[in-house]
Amino acid sequence: MKRIYVKEEWCLGCHLCEYNCAFANSGMTDMVKALRGKTIYPRIQVEQDENGVTYAVSCRHCNDPICVKSCIAGALSKKDGVIEIDHSKCVGCLTCVLVCPYGAVVEDGSGVAQKCELCMKNACGAPACVKGCPNGAIVYEERGEAE
Amino acid sequence: MKQYVIIGNGVAAAGCIEGIRSVDAAGSITVISAEKHPVYCRPLISYYLENKTDLKRMNYRSESFYSDNNVTVLYGRAVSEMHADTKKIVLDNGESSDYDALCVCTGSSPFVPPMQGLDTVENKFSFMTIDDTLALEKAITPESRVLIIGAGLIGLKCAEGLHNRVKSITVCDLAPRVLSSILDDKCAAMMQKHLEANGISFILGTSAKEFSGSHAMMQNGAEVDFDVLVLAVGVRANTALVKNAGGNVNRGIAVDEACRTSLQDVYAAGDCTEYHDISSDSVKIMALMPNAYMQGHTAGVNMAGGTAAFDNAIPMNSIGFFGLHCHTAGSQPEGCEMYEEADESHIKRLFVKDDRLTGFMLLGHMHRTGIYTALIRNRTPLSSVDFARLKIEPQLAAMGSAYRDKVLKGAV
Repeated sequence: MKRIYVKEEWCLGCHLCEYNCAFANSGMTDMVKALRGKTIYPRIQVEQDENGVTYAVSCRHCNDPICVKSCIAGALSKKDGVIEIDHSKCVGCLTCVLVCPYGAVVEDGSGVAQKCELCMKNACGAPACVKGCPNGAIVYEERGEAE
Repeated sequence: MKQYVIIGNGVAAAGCIEGIRSVDAAGSITVISAEKHPVYCRPLISYYLENKTDLKRMNYRSESFYSDNNVTVLYGRAVSEMHADTKKIVLDNGESSDYDALCVCTGSSPFVPPMQGLDTVENKFSFMTIDDTLALEKAITPESRVLIIGAGLIGLKCAEGLHNRVKSITVCDLAPRVLSSILDDKCAAMMQKHLEANGISFILGTSAKEFSGSHAMMQNGAEVDFDVLVLAVGVRANTALVKNAGGNVNRGIAVDEACRTSLQDVYAAGDCTEYHDISSDSVKIMALMPNAYMQGHTAGVNMAGGTAAFDNAIPMNSIGFFGLHCHTAGSQPEGCEMYEEADESHIKRLFVKDDRLTGFMLLGHMHRTGIYTALIRNRTPLSSVDFARLKIEPQLAAMGSAYRDKVLKGAV
């Protein structure tokens, strides 16, 4: 199964992945119109450690996903290796935010949960963070790891 | 072919079905469901009242869940007897069924303490099930004055659900603060203020002394006129079947990390059980939906001959009212230290003891809280992470590069 992996040695800390994520999931065709003057709620977060090393964190699509097991609305499920959220079922209880050990499920700005779905449900069709990373610091590839 | 029987049809039962099927595709599974509904999301009943969901979307799994998993559900049936020695259960219609492995997922029932004159109240309801909710919905009008006994999770969620649909809501509780099972005084005070700003009235620190028709008198002398009464004082684990069969039962059915009861081949999961809380190193009832699923799944795997343990259970709650959310997890053991941040709109309280995060309460700001929860759940020594940074903001950056490499450069 293909997964997102991070190469922190290549990460510039430019936060472009956050903007590309917010744009890809905005449903709009113009990045400026989609994001200008708005607070963005990306599904990927750039962090920086005490040595200045930066890297992006997004859903790991865990083998044993505690968010799916914990969802009180039956809105989270794992299909073909992708943890998906059914927004028609999510009521915004944020239990998934409370349990995700990596802080990869976040509130969307309107009170309900959102998470990386590998851009499978938006027009991008493949992870926008990967496509748009200027230095190849986020990759989406098959490494043959156990599922 | 193994025969599995599951008593109950809530989320623990759904977890059990999925746990069994992860190991055994062939065995027969029978679910005995007292409620005449497929498994649904019980905590969503208040969202139903708010029109944030509907009966169809409240289903926990897809319409084909039982057929996909080859499960027979007996709706509207209860189990009257359980015989662990002969591995047999007897239903309320006299039929019996044999099993190889049994899982008791009987949940809990509303507890109503004796209150004088309660029988004179015509419109009184519990708030636990879809049927309770539909009955309550039928009884309310925009002119209804609602009195809710109980300012816990159930009572307050009911208040939120009814808020735009009735004239007034008064909540009464014996505890001096709201959400007394999960919040301390300071956090509860912030939540109460927010609830009051949204039109909910409170009578706290006292209990109902006497009812007379649509009139309630409190122990402290306060009086309330109401049209609809909701009883949300508390719940009791449904333990009778296991107790009568000779199993170990205290306040809940005693289960171990494999979700086994003391009876051979009898497992139990969900709100009917009591089990080990690693954050306080004590056995308690943690009637929480995520834990119910995880217990059910663990039981199912073990029933089918696999090996699973639910050995990192903690109490945890994510709940919000009128836009003010709170996250709580773990416990505050005696002698713990507290780290606090607070302003008018948010509170963060982290509890630390013996180099471990044992619990937290967060109100108002819920970003990446699961990183804290994982510290409790994994019993991570705080000396092994940069806790000074974590206190300020949950982040993987403070967890060390080895942990980060494991998480972000591999599969977890």
